[in-house]
Amino acid sequence: MGLLHDLLFDYTLRTVALGSATLGAVSGTLGVFAVLRREALLGDAISHAALPGIVLAFMFTGSKSSLVLVGGAFVAGWIGMALMRTVTRNTRIPPDAALGIVLSVFFGFGLMLLTFVQRRPDAAQAGLETFLFGQAATLVQGDVLVIGVLGFASLATMSILWKEFKVLSFDTDFGASVGIPMRRVELILTTVLVLAIVTGLQTVGVVLMAAMVVAPAAAARQWTDRLGSMVWLAALFGGLAGVTGAVLSSTTTGLPTGPTIVLSASVIVGVSLAFAPRRGLVWERIRARHRRSAIRRDTVLADLYALYCQHDDIDRGHPLPVIEAMSEAKEGAFNTLLALESDGLARLLPDGVWALTPDGRVSAEQRLAGYQPGNTP
Amino acid sequence: MSMVEIEIQLLAITVAVACAVPGVFLVLRRLALMSDAISHTVLLGIVIGFFVVQDLTSPLLILGAAVAGVLTVALVESVRRTGLVNEDTAIGLVFPALFSIAVILISRYAGDVHLDTDAVLLGEIALAPFRRLEVFGVDVGPRGLWTMLAILVLNVTFLVVFYKELKLSTFDASLAAALGFSPVVLHYAFMGVVSITAVGAFDSVGSVLVVAFMIVPPAAAYLLSDKLGRVIGLSAGIGAVSAVSGYWIARWLDASIAGAMAGASGLIFLIVFLVAPERGLIALSGRRARQRIEFARTMLAIHLLHHEGTPDAEEECRLDHLSEHLRWSAEQADRIVHSAEKAGFVTLLGERLHLTTEGREEAQAAMLR
Repeated sequence: MGLLHDLLFDYTLRTVALGSATLGAVSGTLGVFAVLRREALLGDAISHAALPGIVLAFMFTGSKSSLVLVGGAFVAGWIGMALMRTVTRNTRIPPDAALGIVLSVFFGFGLMLLTFVQRRPDAAQAGLETFLFGQAATLVQGDVLVIGVLGFASLATMSILWKEFKVLSFDTDFGASVGIPMRRVELILTTVLVLAIVTGLQTVGVVLMAAMVVAPAAAARQWTDRLGSMVWLAALFGGLAGVTGAVLSSTTTGLPTGPTIVLSASVIVGVSLAFAPRRGLVWERIRARHRRSAIRRDTVLADLYALYCQHDDIDRGHPLPVIEAMSEAKEGAFNTLLALESDGLARLLPDGVWALTPDGRVSAEQRLAGYQPGNTP
Repeated sequence: MSMVEIEIQLLAITVAVACAVPGVFLVLRRLALMSDAISHTVLLGIVIGFFVVQDLTSPLLILGAAVAGVLTVALVESVRRTGLVNEDTAIGLVFPALFSIAVILISRYAGDVHLDTDAVLLGEIALAPFRRLEVFGVDVGPRGLWTMLAILVLNVTFLVVFYKELKLSTFDASLAAALGFSPVVLHYAFMGVVSITAVGAFDSVGSVLVVAFMIVPPAAAYLLSDKLGRVIGLSAGIGAVSAVSGYWIARWLDASIAGAMAGASGLIFLIVFLVAPERGLIALSGRRARQRIEFARTMLAIHLLHHEGTPDAEEECRLDHLSEHLRWSAEQADRIVHSAEKAGFVTLLGERLHLTTEGREEAQAAMLR
C-alpha cells in the first residue's frame, strides 16, 4: 500500500497523478467526438501545430509559465485547424492530406524556431524540449490548476452544447435542417478540442498527444453504443491511462512520461478490442466457433439420416470413413459424432460403426422438414 | 557555394523528388497520414535493428526500419479489418504505440548511444556530407546522397513499370479488381516503396521532413493540374524548389535546415492555394462572385418576364422597386442591372426596365432548366 500512501501524501506524485488524470479524462472525453466524426487524427495535427505557438510565446514573453505557453499553443493550434478547414472546404484536397500539410509544416516551423531559442545564451529555454515528449514529473501545483480550469471550461462547454455536439457527430444535415448553425457548432467543438489538447502537451508531449485523443475513445466505443456512456468511459480510460503512465514514469528511471501514458492507453485499447462484450474479438471468435460446430452437427446428422434412408434400417451402422467422405468438415466428423452421441442422437455400435438413434431420426426429420433450399434449417 | 553546400542541396533535392513520386499516390489514395505513421515507426525498426547488430552504421538498420514500416501498414490494416474502428482511428492507435515502444527502448537501454530523439525528428542533413562513401578507396560522395539516389531510381522504376496499375487502382479500385489486378498485392508493394523511401529520407532529413515532402508538394501540384503525369512532375519540381529555398532560408536565419525546408514547402503550398488558376482561392472567389451576379441577372430577367404586359408592370418593373421585390440593396440592384444591360438582357428607359428579346429567351430558358 506504499504506492497508495504516496499518491495521497507525496506532494510530487500527487500533483503528477492529479494533473495527468485530469488531462487524460478531458482529452479522452472530447476525443469521443473526434473519433465519431472520423477525424481521429485531428488531434495529431493540432498537437503538432501547437509547437510554433509554444516557442513563439516563449520568445516574446520569456516566460515559461504554463498559462503563457498553453496560450501560445492554443493560438497556433487553432490557426492550424482554421487553415485545414479552409483548405478542405475550398479545394478537392482530401481532409487527411490537409491535416498532413498543417501537421508537418507547422511542426517543421516550430522546430526551426526551437533552434533559435536553443541558441539563446541565457539557457532559460531549457525545458521547452519537454514539450516534444512530455514530462509529467515537472508538473507543479500551478500547472495542475491550469489543467483543471481549462479542462473544466472544455467539459462545461461540452455539457452546455451536448445536444448540438451529438447532432454534429451523427447527422449534420439533420442539424442544419432544424436550424442549428452547424458550422458554428463545429467551430466551437474544434476550439474546445484544441483547448483540451494543448493542456495535455506538457505532460504527454506534442508527438504522442494524438494517442490520448484517439485511444480512450476507441476503447470506450467497444463497450457501449450510447454516446453518454461512451463519453464517461472515455473519461475513465483516459484518466486511468494518465495516472498509470505518469506514476510509472515518475517512479521509474528512464521511462519517459508521454510514451508510458500512451502505452497504458494502448493496453486499455487492446483489452477492449479483445474482451468487450458483444463487439470483442475473443467473443466473436467463440461465437464463430459455435456457429461452425452447429453447422457441422447438422450436416453430419443429415449425412447419417441419408445413409439410414438408403438402407432403411436404423440398426445398420456406418464406418467413420464413409461419414468423413460424405461430410464437408472431414477432420471434425469424429468429434461431431461424439457430440451427437452425448446428445443421444447417434450411437456407436459394438464393431465401431455409427448409426442414428430413434431420437436422432426424429430430430433429422424435423430439421429437414423445415429445410428450404437457401435457408439454413 | 562550397562543395559541402552543393552536396547538401543535391541530397535535399533527391529526397524531395524521391518523396514526391510515391507522395502523389498517397495523397490521391487518401493515405497521406500513413506517411506520418511510417516515418515515426521506422524508429522502432532502427532501435531493434541496433539491439541486434550493435552498430549504428550497419545497413541492416535500414532493413529493420523498412520491415517496421511494412509492419505498420499490416497492423493498421488488420486493426481496421476487425471492423471495430475506422481507418484513421486505426492509424492513430497503431503508430503512437509503436513509436512509444521505440522511445522507451532508447531511453532505457540506449541512453548512452547516439540515437537521440531530436535527431530522429529533425535528422542531420548538415552532417550528411561528412559521411562519405568510398568505392575501392576512392571518395565518390556522401553516402546519404547515393542511398537516396538508389531509392529515387527504385521509385521511378516502380512508377514506370506499374504506372497503369497504380493509376487504375487509385482512381477506380473496383475496376482494377474486376480486371484482375490485385489491389492488395499492389497496395503492399506500394506501401513497401513508401517505407523504403521514408527510411532512406528519415536517415538524412528526419521524420518531419519526410511527411512534409510526401504530402505538401503533391497537394500543391494537385491544385495545379488534372493530369496524373503532370501532377507527379509538378510535385517533384515543387519539392525541389522547397528543398533549395528552405536550405537558403535556414542558412540566412541560421536555423534548422529540415524545419526550414518544411516551412518553405508550406509557404509554396500557401501561394499555390491562393493563386492557382481555376482551383486557387482567388480564382475561386472570383468565380463565385461572377456566378452570383449571373444568377441575379437571370432572376431579374425572369422577374421582368413575369410582369411583362400585366397591369402592374409599370409598378413592378421600376428600378427602385427591385430592392423591395427582390430584396436587393440599391447599390446591388444598380450593379446587377448594369451587368444585365451589358449582357443585352434589359434596356433601361428612365426608371423603367424593359426586357429585350435576348432577355426574354434567357428567362424562358432558365425557367425550363
